[in-house]
Amino acid sequence: MSLRRYVLKRLLITIPLLLGVTLATFAMVHFIPGDPIDFITLFTELDPETKQEIRARYGLDDPIYIQYLDWLADAARGDFGTSITTRQPVTKEIAERLPFTLMMGSMAFVIAIVTAIPAGIAAAYHRNTKVDQVSRVAALLGIAIPNFWLGLILILVFASWLDVFPVLPPTGEGLLSSEMIVYTLLPALAIGTGSTALLMRLMRSSMVEELDKDYVTMARAKGLPERTVVGKHVLRNSLISVVTVAAIQVAFIISGSVVVEIVFSYPGLGRLLVNRVRNHDFPVIQALVLIIGVAVIFANLLADVLYAYLDPRIRY
Amino acid sequence: MAMLEVEDLNVRFYTEDGVVKATNDLSYRVEAGERFGVVGESGAGKSVTSLAVMGLVDEPGVIESGEIRFKGEDLLELDDEEMRRLRGNEIAMIFQDAETALNPAYTVGEQISEAIRHHLAPGEAAAEERSIEMLESVGIPDPATRYSNYPHEFSGGMQQRAVIAMALSCDPDLIIADEPTTALDVTIEAQILTLLEEIAEEFDTAIQLITHDLGVVAEFCDRMMVMYAGHPVEMAPVEDVYYDPQHPYTVGLMSSIPRIGDDRDRLDTIPGRMPDLIEMPPGCNFHPRCPYAEEVCTRREPPLVDTDTGQPADVADHDSQVAACLAHTGELTGRLDYEVTVRDDTHSRPVGSTGDGSPSE
Ligand SMILES: Nc1ncnc2c1ncn2[C@@H]1O[C@H](COP(=O)(O)OP(=O)(O)OP(=O)(O)O)[C@@H](O)[C@H]1O
Ligand code: SF4
Ligand SMILES: [Mg+2]
Repeated sequence: MSLRRYVLKRLLITIPLLLGVTLATFAMVHFIPGDPIDFITLFTELDPETKQEIRARYGLDDPIYIQYLDWLADAARGDFGTSITTRQPVTKEIAERLPFTLMMGSMAFVIAIVTAIPAGIAAAYHRNTKVDQVSRVAALLGIAIPNFWLGLILILVFASWLDVFPVLPPTGEGLLSSEMIVYTLLPALAIGTGSTALLMRLMRSSMVEELDKDYVTMARAKGLPERTVVGKHVLRNSLISVVTVAAIQVAFIISGSVVVEIVFSYPGLGRLLVNRVRNHDFPVIQALVLIIGVAVIFANLLADVLYAYLDPRIRY
Repeated sequence: MAMLEVEDLNVRFYTEDGVVKATNDLSYRVEAGERFGVVGESGAGKSVTSLAVMGLVDEPGVIESGEIRFKGEDLLELDDEEMRRLRGNEIAMIFQDAETALNPAYTVGEQISEAIRHHLAPGEAAAEERSIEMLESVGIPDPATRYSNYPHEFSGGMQQRAVIAMALSCDPDLIIADEPTTALDVTIEAQILTLLEEIAEEFDTAIQLITHDLGVVAEFCDRMMVMYAGHPVEMAPVEDVYYDPQHPYTVGLMSSIPRIGDDRDRLDTIPGRMPDLIEMPPGCNFHPRCPYAEEVCTRREPPLVDTDTGQPADVADHDSQVAACLAHTGELTGRLDYEVTVRDDTHSRPVGSTGDGSPSE
């Protein structure tokens, strides 16, 4: 099977997966305790008729599967309804904040990858030396420190004491303004540290294992320089087990962003989610949970494709 | 000057349990175009020796002393860069297990081409062309298509052929084949050995063939070295060793050549195991297992001597038969009394031998 056919097959499998996610999202939000009507009406006492009227307006009186299908049809067109809290279109609210979270998440991910992979390689190549020991301790700390606490420390050190970063997000600045990018750095670091530490250790152990294999001796026996032996032969095989876990990190980074956005008052989706969960703003919650689910699915899809690209054996 | 001259090589592994003396004052020669066999039990130091020649002894291993001269040049004096220029180019290696020696992530063709590109520096297309030629010369059908296959798409025998193609790709003068057929079944083994034989002849390549299997050596080699605990105990032209072995260990090995209908474990006729290479028995390392051992064997380390003259061995004289047993220095009171039966396909004949090297009656 060629790589292209493998990708196509994998894409096809994604379709039922996506449907499953929508169903799970819908069900989950539907079973949140509390009557959405109360939140729509801000807990005012209402006579049953008015309540029924509101229920009908939001389609809450339809049979549950009709509600699901309606929502699904709308969602497919990018329409997630109107927010109960702000009466704004959900899509608009999300569109305003999504880029911020995307930027922070990607930054966290990039930080994780560009530090974890080289550091893991160095630790593996110089295993049982100072380099390896330092990286082991650093990784332990990175994994052990909770991201929100790290966020607070970063604010304390860099924003308060050293005063090199702003404490509050810049207002009225565009997403790609230098102020915003600089401000995003600390929260991205707070989220990315755990993933960095994890991926680094994984990269190390995977690489140590590969370095002992015969094909490495064989590559050396061919007279190839160390840079080719490690950078070409060993790296590719070591990455095979790392890409899957790297994809899972996308989910960790998303969930991490929820807490860290609160700590940094970051204008992203995570903070939106927390606010709206408090208000039972179910159209927004549904949309956000769906977006997260879809993001995780696509991260895994990407990982599978990368995996197949790196390891020709699994295409069969 | 022989092509490869190994002189008093000492390789040590500094492990947690102690210092493993993997080779001990090991000396041997391989002539240009010669087929040189190295046999010995597991752990005798055969692979370590070949890795030392390739300059690939890795942590915690150290080449403590000795010289390895290739075409007169001491390889231990070369820097990494110079050593890399020889490796895969003038000295190539064939590994025991082709399946693990091939990188699963790259095509077979790419793994051959990269060595060619590295050493001979032709263009991309020329390297590919040469790789396909190499695949063809080792008998892989439809080599142009097979070039882009991954190792897992090859059978075991084909993988070993590909590894041989790789070793041949830069036209080396010496190939070190470390048990190239152990992982293969008997028919494939015969094919691969025939292939190696043809190659050695066609390209006039010297081959150092490492194996457990005396039968393979008898078939394939001109001269051989029997290793025990990191050093040679006997070295001579193959026929001499085969028909008139001079060291008790060699005799033990010979009587354990597996024969058809014989399902004994291969080396169970020599009771005991190789000594711990960290703390070796004093005197003759073989004495705990030797049926002829005397008191003197526990004290005196037998030197490698010419079995005809009893004079110190000259490893450069490749017609001589040398062995390291006190029987040949006249320090033993008894004699080595054994009878060797050599069987081949057509007939078997007993060949008598006595330890002092005198022909039997
Ligand atoms: N990396 C290493 N670390 C520690 N000891 C080692 C290492 N490599 C080899 N040795 C030791 O060196 C000795 C010789 O090993 P070697 O691999 O050369 O044996 P061999 O004759 O090739 O055996 P086999 O027939 O099993 O391949 C063994 O005792 C082994 O334990
Ligand atoms: S020296 Fe002694 S122990 Fe060693 S092989 Fe000869 S007879 Fe046996
Ligand atoms: Mg070996």
